[in-house]
Amino acid sequence: MSGLEQIIREKLANGSDAFLCLKNQAGVSVPVLITSPDSEDIEVAELGEVRYPLGKILIALQKEHPDTRLAVVVRGCDERAFIELSKLEQLDLDKLVMIGVACTPEEAEACGCAKPYPEDVTLGEKVENPRGLETIERLESMSDSERMQWWKEEFSRCIKCYGCRNICPMCFCKDCSLENPHLVEPGVIPPEFPSFHIIRALDMAGRCIDCGLCEESCPAEIPLRSLYRKMQEIMADKLDYRAGESRDEKSPLSFLGEEAEIKNLE
Amino acid sequence: MSEKDLSYELIPSTCAYCGTGCGVLLEVMDGRLSGVLPQKDHPVSKGALCLKGWSSHEFVYSPRRLDKPMIRKDGVPVECEWEEALKVVAEGLQKARNEHGPDAVGFFTSARCTNEENYLLQKFARAVIGTNNVDHCARL
Repeated sequence: MSGLEQIIREKLANGSDAFLCLKNQAGVSVPVLITSPDSEDIEVAELGEVRYPLGKILIALQKEHPDTRLAVVVRGCDERAFIELSKLEQLDLDKLVMIGVACTPEEAEACGCAKPYPEDVTLGEKVENPRGLETIERLESMSDSERMQWWKEEFSRCIKCYGCRNICPMCFCKDCSLENPHLVEPGVIPPEFPSFHIIRALDMAGRCIDCGLCEESCPAEIPLRSLYRKMQEIMADKLDYRAGESRDEKSPLSFLGEEAEIKNLE
Repeated sequence: MSEKDLSYELIPSTCAYCGTGCGVLLEVMDGRLSGVLPQKDHPVSKGALCLKGWSSHEFVYSPRRLDKPMIRKDGVPVECEWEEALKVVAEGLQKARNEHGPDAVGFFTSARCTNEENYLLQKFARAVIGTNNVDHCARL
């Protein structure tokens, strides 16, 4: 019996109503919700090499079944997402049991996130990931006008599929600014530069947990992560806030008042 | 367990909107189709979808979706049974072919049908009616 299989059986026997993880289905990894200790899915449950927006699935599940106790396998990015979603009152962490999985060195290297492991790791070994995003370094060496031109070219491929928003675990608004006809003209492709992408980038400030699912899902291969990663850097530098890091400290952009302190303004 | 049984399934499928064949996972929550996710390691779409793929589940419960055949009677479409509809089509096809020859009939297939359905339609056009007039919606 694999470690994961054993954990699933143990959680379902000890108070969890359902277990969310991935399973191998005809050779591909897809998310699965296991609701019974007799489920055949337990034997094909796996950590998988692909990632899905589990936060989105959990939000929908908790909305329909608020009293259900769910257990879920989390990587570092999932944990950051769940923590931030809880502070934004979208997820109830008290009803969640998180089983931590550290990304393998290969996965961490390929992804490039700064913390490829959750706080408590049950499966795998923590590896540090000192690598930054190459694109950001390249962009920072450009002049403002060069950089503007570079982004303009990248965004000219946008087909406005909304995939970056749809896959984003941190996007949950019912009314999305990107569908507001006063801000984004309907029926125009590519969308207006730079407003469309700036709107989304600003909405990601204090929220983006750098999972990279947006970039993975972009059919035009736009390096979206570099934009949001830069936004993260600004949040950390100016407002000393890192989304998904602390369970108590709320994003300074999520409340009014004097609690937020702007630092390092030139 | 909570007051009602929960179930959440992802059904791998192929987006039906065009002939590209992108991999989708249909989200079914408590027995109802609730959304769609891109299939991450799909050989065609590699985890990406277009706008139509992302909304490819929406028509299923649309009140505007036709779920019965309709025949235009006195200029107004009226719901009917399949038997009656197929009879009208068969008679129309026979009449056109008998009066004007096989090339008076054309067949229009669709990227939204399966390979097998498209194969059948062209076979029907060529072997039964006797025409090579076969085209498809992606050339519109």
